[in-house]
Amino acid sequence: MKVLIMGCGRVGAHLASLLETAGHEVTVLDVDPSGFGKLPLTFRGNALLGDGTDGDSLRRAGIEEMDAFIALTECDNTNIMAAQIAKSVFNVRKAVCRVYDPTREELYRELGLDTFCPTALMAESVMKRL
Amino acid sequence: MYIVIVGAGNVGYHLAKAVLSKGHEVLLIDRDAAILGRIEDELGSIGLEGDACEANTLEEAGTARADLFVAVTEQDADNLVACQIAKHRFKVPRTVARITDLKNEPLFKKLGVDVTVSSTILILQYIESQTSKPQFLTRLAVLKGSDREIVDVRIPPTSAVVGKKIRDISLPQNSLIILLIRRDERIQLPTSTTALEAGDRVVVVGDRPSEAGLHQALAGS
Repeated sequence: MKVLIMGCGRVGAHLASLLETAGHEVTVLDVDPSGFGKLPLTFRGNALLGDGTDGDSLRRAGIEEMDAFIALTECDNTNIMAAQIAKSVFNVRKAVCRVYDPTREELYRELGLDTFCPTALMAESVMKRL
Repeated sequence: MYIVIVGAGNVGYHLAKAVLSKGHEVLLIDRDAAILGRIEDELGSIGLEGDACEANTLEEAGTARADLFVAVTEQDADNLVACQIAKHRFKVPRTVARITDLKNEPLFKKLGVDVTVSSTILILQYIESQTSKPQFLTRLAVLKGSDREIVDVRIPPTSAVVGKKIRDISLPQNSLIILLIRRDERIQLPTSTTALEAGDRVVVVGDRPSEAGLHQALAGS
């Protein structure tokens, strides 16, 4: 599978590494190259500078051939906008998007985006330990 | 009208001031309490501090009873999300988003924002109107709630329709000539037997985007 990850922070870099180990072809996209240092030395995929809310940047990153797009920047709105572009402009089959704000996450899930909320997941996981 | 404005920068501030002076009820939302404080010193208590992409803030703003929701922060993504939440969660009938990147105009429409505004586009249109030849077609209005528009078309002297009766002209589907403005500025209601002359202007209502089809029908030689 070809996967494009937007946002090369801890989660983005870790996921890139996991996906690559599992045999997928991974490209990461970030507006700031400093995050690329978090990728493992063995990473063979592309690491590109670019803004995932910009259609031209996405096209340069090969969005048209991607099977999946994953939006993992620190900013909810950037992730939401990028995932909507991937889905409705480029028809990417799977567009996943991180949203920290639980109510915003719920709304966009209702609107058909494939969202997940680390805040809610973490709270649940802590609850289970009590 | 009750108008909720997001973003108390220059655009938000002047917009709030202008719509207040027209007698509308206004609420201005921004994350920066200091900016809102300065605006409230001048305009009265119209500010709400908070993140307009959070449902709680919009709830507190009474967004559900807003007639118009306008997001004019400097971030296109923030304006998009605020408008989408206003529209889907609070059922605001009209949402307006400011955009800086031209490419976002069709995208935001596709994603449900009713109107986008951009100073870049306005300036660009002005530059084009100053540098290009007299236009064949001028857009007059988009019919509310439909995908139809009203345009003003100038018939060039080389057009094949010069001398033809209106019933003999094949316009694009769903298009209708509703008014005729002769070269001497006389206005006529066209009938099927009215003949067009070079330099006439016709006002046409039709489906958007209409330019290519109308150009072929009315300007082709």
